Amino acid sequence: MMESPHSMRRILLPAKTWFIVMTLCAALLLNMVPFGYFLGIPDWIALVLVFWCLHQPLKVGMSAGFILGLLMDVVDASVMGQHALAYVFLAYAAAALSRRVLWFPLWQQALHVLLLCLGGQLIMLFARMLSGADFPGLSWFFSSFTGALLWYPLTYLLLAPQFQPQEKDFHRPI
Amino acid sequence: MSAIGHEPPPFFNRGPAPLVRLLFFVAASIVLMVADLRFHTLEWTRLTVATLVWPIQRTAWLPIKAADNIGHYFIRQSDLQAENESLQQERMKAAKLLLRQRHLEDENQRLRVLLDMKMRQSINGQIAEIIYAARDPFSRHVIIDKGLQQGIQAGQVIVDEHGVMGQVIRSFARTAEVSLLTDKRQAIPVQVQRNGLRSVLFGAGNGRLELRFLSTDADVQVGDILVTSGLDGIYLAGLPVAKVTKIDHDNTYIFARITCDPVAGIEHHGLVLVLDSRTPLPLPPIEDLSPEKSKHGRKEKR
Repeated sequence: MMESPHSMRRILLPAKTWFIVMTLCAALLLNMVPFGYFLGIPDWIALVLVFWCLHQPLKVGMSAGFILGLLMDVVDASVMGQHALAYVFLAYAAAALSRRVLWFPLWQQALHVLLLCLGGQLIMLFARMLSGADFPGLSWFFSSFTGALLWYPLTYLLLAPQFQPQEKDFHRPI
Repeated sequence: MSAIGHEPPPFFNRGPAPLVRLLFFVAASIVLMVADLRFHTLEWTRLTVATLVWPIQRTAWLPIKAADNIGHYFIRQSDLQAENESLQQERMKAAKLLLRQRHLEDENQRLRVLLDMKMRQSINGQIAEIIYAARDPFSRHVIIDKGLQQGIQAGQVIVDEHGVMGQVIRSFARTAEVSLLTDKRQAIPVQVQRNGLRSVLFGAGNGRLELRFLSTDADVQVGDILVTSGLDGIYLAGLPVAKVTKIDHDNTYIFARITCDPVAGIEHHGLVLVLDSRTPLPLPPIEDLSPEKSKHGRKEKR
């Protein structure tokens, strides 16, 4: 069950652009739900962005990260460019890793995603600490861990439209 | 360069290399951050984006509001009755003060005219509701549900029923961003209610406030109430702000470390009052503050 999409040996349908846009918008919507200071609410945009940059590095890239980051900066009332910087780095790193990561089983992919998300948070932390903000506490990093835990359901949810029905045809083995 | 008049075929053209794109976007982000933090020049961009995002934001609030409404639906009748009773009692207590306040204000005005003093500005406000706390963990900001359309402008003061909560720092079309007193970049002029000692109170960032630059032998005790001094002209004088909770007399420092807790329910959400904007008093000329420097002429420019 914990297979990677690549080693599942299933040929996926091509990803639809409208579906990608829709999921990114849904992530933006989820990020805007006012949870207040609850711990461990994952950064949905970072997760979905990493997902698409890993699976479709030619369709989703740094420009998407930059635009979404700017939107998040306004919504989150943070400094303009803070999320944009982090998301651009996330998109770059995910696209660079995309050839390799997808061959790992899902839980090892989740470890990669954890490191990516933590890296994004560290970039935000670094940028803000340079400008004189104070350390928000270690509990802020929980959101990366919950995000990594969600990698497994997220993969199946976002890949679902690309799966095709499994019917065995012995004349055409693939 | 390719052969004469022939471009390379565009089959595999993917634009600039990833590293180039990364550097471009990183440079753009850093420019934005500097422009925002140093020069505060991006307010119009923010306003535009916030207005565009507003419908999506409204949709995102729906589930939270629905959950809230369900919570209200299942509240017990006895709880409501108890709350109603306590509110009635508080209203009666407040009425006693309010009935006399009108009279006292008139008297104060007359006395001020007699003494030829500056009139106190009367102040009004409008009620707003805190919708949510902004997710940014580096600053303490909340969003209220009144904005430019209701005449809210940056600089207005937010109070709740106990005391000062913060200040509006940005106003969007229908929402406004409030920086709470506990934010690290927030400062408020205060005086100790007991003896009128003036100082400036700074946010400490972790739900606390800090009185800085008071010498170790300053007359401040644990439990003292700090009220606004009204020196800057933005805050009305006499609004309660904080209570002193801890004083560290460390002799290695010139100044005492004085920690305070805000009296307003800063981390709770509910209704707040946005006081009308007041014009800040002009800063005193620098020569007055440093007489010995003005004697030598102004060599240093700061």
